[in-house]
Amino acid sequence: MSRCGIGNSTDCACSGGSSSPVDTARRLFLKSATAFTTVALAPNVTLMAFAEAHAAAQPRGEPVTAKQRWGLLIDLSKCADDCNECVSACSRENGWKADGNSRTDARWIRKVTIKNNKTGATRSLPVMCQHCASPPCVDVCPTGASFKRADGIVLVDKHICIGCRYCMMACPYQARSFIHETLEDQKPHAPRGKGTVESCTLCVHRIDAGETPACVEACVAAGHKAMIFGDLNDPASEISQRVAQFPTHQIRADLGLDTGVRYQNL
Amino acid sequence: MKRVIYRELGTGIGFWVPLIIFVALLGVGLGAAYHMEHNGHIVTGMDNRIVWGLPHVFAILLIVAASGALNVASVSSVFGQAAYKPMARLSALLAIALLVGGLAILVLDLGRPDRLVVAMTTFNFKSIFAWNVFLYTGFLAITAAYLFVMMERGLESWTKPVGTIAFVWRLALTTATGSIFGWLVARDAYNSAVMAPLFIALSLALGTAIFILVASWLLAADGRPFDEAVIKRLGRLLGIFAAANLYFAGLQHISALYITQRLAVETFLLLSGGHYPLMFWGGQVALGGLIPVVLVFLAPSRLSVLLSSVLVLVGATVQLYVIVIGGQAFPLSMFPGYEVTSVIRDGVVAGYRPSLPEAVLGLGGVALALAIVLVAVKVLRILPDQLVGEPATMVETPAAASPGLQKAHPAVA
Repeated sequence: MSRCGIGNSTDCACSGGSSSPVDTARRLFLKSATAFTTVALAPNVTLMAFAEAHAAAQPRGEPVTAKQRWGLLIDLSKCADDCNECVSACSRENGWKADGNSRTDARWIRKVTIKNNKTGATRSLPVMCQHCASPPCVDVCPTGASFKRADGIVLVDKHICIGCRYCMMACPYQARSFIHETLEDQKPHAPRGKGTVESCTLCVHRIDAGETPACVEACVAAGHKAMIFGDLNDPASEISQRVAQFPTHQIRADLGLDTGVRYQNL
Repeated sequence: MKRVIYRELGTGIGFWVPLIIFVALLGVGLGAAYHMEHNGHIVTGMDNRIVWGLPHVFAILLIVAASGALNVASVSSVFGQAAYKPMARLSALLAIALLVGGLAILVLDLGRPDRLVVAMTTFNFKSIFAWNVFLYTGFLAITAAYLFVMMERGLESWTKPVGTIAFVWRLALTTATGSIFGWLVARDAYNSAVMAPLFIALSLALGTAIFILVASWLLAADGRPFDEAVIKRLGRLLGIFAAANLYFAGLQHISALYITQRLAVETFLLLSGGHYPLMFWGGQVALGGLIPVVLVFLAPSRLSVLLSSVLVLVGATVQLYVIVIGGQAFPLSMFPGYEVTSVIRDGVVAGYRPSLPEAVLGLGGVALALAIVLVAVKVLRILPDQLVGEPATMVETPAAASPGLQKAHPAVA
C-alpha cells in the first residue's frame, strides 16, 4: 500500500513517480465525479472541473489579463471555396440560426468570396469579428456594453446593451448582428437577447475552459486546417511563429486597429 | 418704441383641432413603438445593413432643428438684435419641444428602450453618444432656464449670460450630433470633420424654417398680426443659413471627391445610386437650397418666405435621409480592388424600404413636439400679441383684455 493510499501501486502521482494504469483510471473517475457533481450543483461553474487541464487559459477565478492576446490566423490557400464547416460549427455552438432572411438573421461568421478585379482570381475566406486591439465598436458604445477583455476578446455585455446599433455603424467588418426577433432555444453559455447586438465571441466560453473556438475545431475536423487559434503574445505559439514567419494581412489594415484575426495568402 | 405684450393662446378651434390631431398621432406613434418593441425590429424596414432607418431621420431632423430653432432667441439675446426679442420666448420653447420629440423617437427606436435608465447612468465617455446624453439633457435644462429668465420679471439682466451659455451649448450639441457620423472611421460616406459644421449650418436653416412656420401658424390661429417686414427679415436669415448649408454640403462632397478611395461612394451618392442622387440634387440642393435662397433674396414676400421655409424643411429631411440611409446603403470597403460576394450581400448596395411603423413613430415624435408647443403657448405667456416692426425692450404692463381671444390672460413684458 502506498503512503498516499491510492490503490496497491508502489508508485503514486503525489510522489512524483509515474502513475499506474489503475491510478490514472481512478483519478479520472474522481475528476469526472467531481465534474458531474459540479454540473449538478452549480450549472454556472460547470467548466471549473476541466479548466485545470489546460494551461493556456487563465485559471478560473482569476481575472483575465493582458498576458495573452487571443487571435486567429486563417490561411486562404487552405480554405476551400465550397466549405462552410466553420460557419455551421459556430451556429451549432452558439445557437444562432440563419433561417433564410439574409437581411435580418444573425451571422456571427460568414464565408466571403473575393474576386480580383484585374486578374479574376478568387479566394474564399471566413469573416467574423476581427477582435481589434482598438475596436471602433467599443469606442462608440455609449454604455460600455461593447467591451474588450484584457486578453483581446471583444464582447457585448447583454445586460447593458440598449440596442442603439451605433457599434454596427462603427464596425468596419459588418461583423455584428442585431437581434430582430424573439429567440428560443438559447445556449446557456452564449446568452442572447432580442433588441441587443451580438457578434463572434471567439467562443470565449471554450477559451476560458482551455479549448479552441468551434470554428477552428471544425476546420481541423474537416481536414483543411486553414484556421489556427492561439496566443499572439506568446512567441512560442504556432500562431505567433506563423505570423512572424509569413506575411499576413489584416482587413482594413489602413485603419490601424490591430486586429486579432489575421489572414495568410490573401 | 412699441410695447410687446405676451398672452396665452386663446381657447378655440384653432387650439383644440390641432391638439386632438397631435394627440391622436402621438397615440398611434406610441402604438407603433409598442409594435416594434413587442415583435422586434423585424417589423421595420431596418436590418443588419441599414441599422438606422426612418426613425433616425425623423429623430435627427428634430434634434438638429431644436438647436437651430433657438437661433432666433440667440440673435436677440447674444447678438443684441432687438427686432428678434418678441420671438425669443417662442424660439426657446420650440427648441425644447423639438428636442423632446426627437429624443422620444430615438429612445423608442432602441432595441431595449426599457433600459433608458442604463443609458442615463452607465457611460463610456469615449463615445460621442454618451456625450450627447449630457449635451441633450443639458440643453433642455439650460434652455428652460433661459426661457425662465426671459419670462420672469426682474431677471432680465440674466437673459444675455444665460442666452450666451445656451448659444454655446447648442453649437456644442450640433457639433456632437454631426460628429456621430463624422467620427465613423470605417465608413467612407461619413468620417469627416466637415460633418460637424455641416450639421450646424443645417440646424440653423432648418430651425429657422420651422420657427417661421410655427410662428406663422400660431399667430394666425389666434388672429394675431405677423408683419410682412418681420417675415422678410426672418426670410433673409433663412436664406443666409440655407446658403451656408449648401456651402458645407458642397465642401463635404468636393473634399470626398478629392480622395481617390472615396470616389466610389461619392459616385454612388451623386450619380449612380438610383434615388439617392435624385434626392440629393433635386431635393437637397434644388428644392431645399437653391430655390429658397433665390426666393427669399430675389422675390421676398410673406408667401415666398413661407414657401421657402417649407422647401428648406423638405430639403433638410431629404438631406438627412441621403446622409443616414444612403451612407449606410453603400457597401463597406473591406477588400479594395476585389469584387466581394457573400450571403449577407457584402459588396452589394443595401436596399431599404421604410415600414409604416417607422414612419408613424417618426410622425408621433413630430406630433409630440408640436403638442408641447401648443399646450405651452396655451398656458404660458410665450406668444407675443403681434409681431410687427421694431419692438421694445422689456416693459412691465398691466393686464389688458385681448380682442379675439375668448380667454385672455394678459401679458408680461
